[in-house]
Amino acid sequence: MIKILHIFLMLFALPIPNAVTAQAIEESLQEIEPCEQFNQDVDLRCITELTAFDKENDAGGCVKLEWVVNYSEVIPEALVVFRENTETGESTALDTLSGISTKYMDDTTEDGIVYSYWILPQTPGNPMLMSQKVEASSQAQWIHSGRIYMLILLVILSVIIIWFIESAKKGKNLYIREIAGLSAVDEAVGRATEMGKAVLYIPGIMDMDDIQTIASMVILGRVAAKTAEYGSSLMVPTCKSVVMSVAQEVVKESYIQQGRPDAFNKENIQYLTDDQFGYAAGVDGIMVREKPAAIFLLGTFYAESLILAETGRSVGAIQIAGTAMPSQIPFFIAACDYTLIGEELFAASAYLSREPKLLGSLKGQDMAKLIFLVIIIVGVIAATLGTYFQPLNDVAEFIRKVLQVN
Amino acid sequence: MRLVIPLVITFTAGIIMILNFFIPHAPFDRLGADLQEWFFIVASAAIFLGALNLLHVHFRKIKLRLNNWKYSPVTIIGFVVMVGTGLVYGVTEGKPFDYMFMNMVVPMGATMFSLLAFFVASAAFRAFRASNWRATLLLLSAFIVMLGQVPIGAMIWDKIPIIKIWLMSIPNTAGQRAVMIGAAMGVVATSLRIIFGIERSYLGGTD
Repeated sequence: MIKILHIFLMLFALPIPNAVTAQAIEESLQEIEPCEQFNQDVDLRCITELTAFDKENDAGGCVKLEWVVNYSEVIPEALVVFRENTETGESTALDTLSGISTKYMDDTTEDGIVYSYWILPQTPGNPMLMSQKVEASSQAQWIHSGRIYMLILLVILSVIIIWFIESAKKGKNLYIREIAGLSAVDEAVGRATEMGKAVLYIPGIMDMDDIQTIASMVILGRVAAKTAEYGSSLMVPTCKSVVMSVAQEVVKESYIQQGRPDAFNKENIQYLTDDQFGYAAGVDGIMVREKPAAIFLLGTFYAESLILAETGRSVGAIQIAGTAMPSQIPFFIAACDYTLIGEELFAASAYLSREPKLLGSLKGQDMAKLIFLVIIIVGVIAATLGTYFQPLNDVAEFIRKVLQVN
Repeated sequence: MRLVIPLVITFTAGIIMILNFFIPHAPFDRLGADLQEWFFIVASAAIFLGALNLLHVHFRKIKLRLNNWKYSPVTIIGFVVMVGTGLVYGVTEGKPFDYMFMNMVVPMGATMFSLLAFFVASAAFRAFRASNWRATLLLLSAFIVMLGQVPIGAMIWDKIPIIKIWLMSIPNTAGQRAVMIGAAMGVVATSLRIIFGIERSYLGGTD
């Protein structure tokens, strides 16, 4: 007993080396053996149901371990996870975990090699048995199993959009409902021109990796073309340096396309600050000092949306706002003359250009939305009536599985 | 070439990101992360571009005595002092940069944020005017939700908090989800348009 106690004191006094030899592990386990005999009437195995399996949907090199800690005897102070390469026989102490851990991820495996895992619980003065040994190997997956349905939906959506684009290219007349906010772009720029005042374009506070900012840049190109055509001044204060660079290029190209490169003023597209409220203060300052006749707020906005929109309203500008942020849409509706709600922001470029190809994609997008609408209605009905009729419940479950984002 | 090269880059990057989402296997698992890392590197480098633009715009304003040029020295001094102190003393806690940030930048940001309360009040006043039946419905809903948020609502009628929860979790959630579903469709369609080169206006031309 003294010897066993000594071993455990040694174990806790010294840090466990990252890699130990199989012989050393065997020796230490042999030392524990008498304890098993001593407690042969009581099952001291506190780690049960140990399972090892390949981590799903990854690039390989990872095995997951899960187990149950049985607290009926003594709560272990620490759990040491061991691994053995079944091909070379090399054993390694992977990690020391807290006594209540129930899972571990070994991300140092080589794909295709079978490893044997076991866990040794440690508690000073209470020697415990190691867990059962389990084997597993890791491998990489070529397709994310949780996203297969999403891939199918994406393909369907793409096919619909491409089909409508092709139809539009063949000259098919496509009806697009009127979007008041976009029809008012001409009016807003025209008003600014008549009043001899500037147009202020605010592309949101996010960087170019945000799809709303990209959509905003696309609309900026159209608005810039209008201001170049009408000869009014366009100001674009930005919150990010990359957005500033992109906006400068977009506006410059639009002015060149309209044959007005001389009217392009690079200084009007300026960087203010990355700080959210610093940007709001800066834009508010521009609004109050310059008193623009038209203000476009298109992109991603957060808490600064109402600060900007209300200040714009106070200077008497016609305001066209658009965002896909559900929490900011009510603020824009309350404070702006026209608001592009969600998808309308992404439809703006097609709507303004009236190019058949873009209109075709817009029509395809509408058709895809109709399909999803039908799926949702079927799902709601199936889930509601599924309480009384099991097959409908299965339909609801299937739809839920298909539409679930993993 | 001026149009083709950006289109090829956009197509390649877009397809890589799509493949990265659906294929966890190497090399696609790393490519997506690598592209995002590249973006951060470019964005970090562009900070200097932004700073230079800021200084250029304001020095030009001062030099040409443009409208409201008197505000520009304030911006330049603020910029130089913050950058200078950060470079000389560091930005860790207790240093002058941290002191200025915590006692000047943060309170100014909080001031701007607090203005929101007043803007909400003025916007709500306009939005809640019962000019037609829809605005009246909005007014009633807002009134119930506001009453349901405070103890006096339950004191007036114990069902008000329940109605408030119903309004927030059923009609409000349904509306928000509708916006999100529509926006998601828009995101997919816009991404496809850009990736496949159908949308080119961001490159400055439509042909």
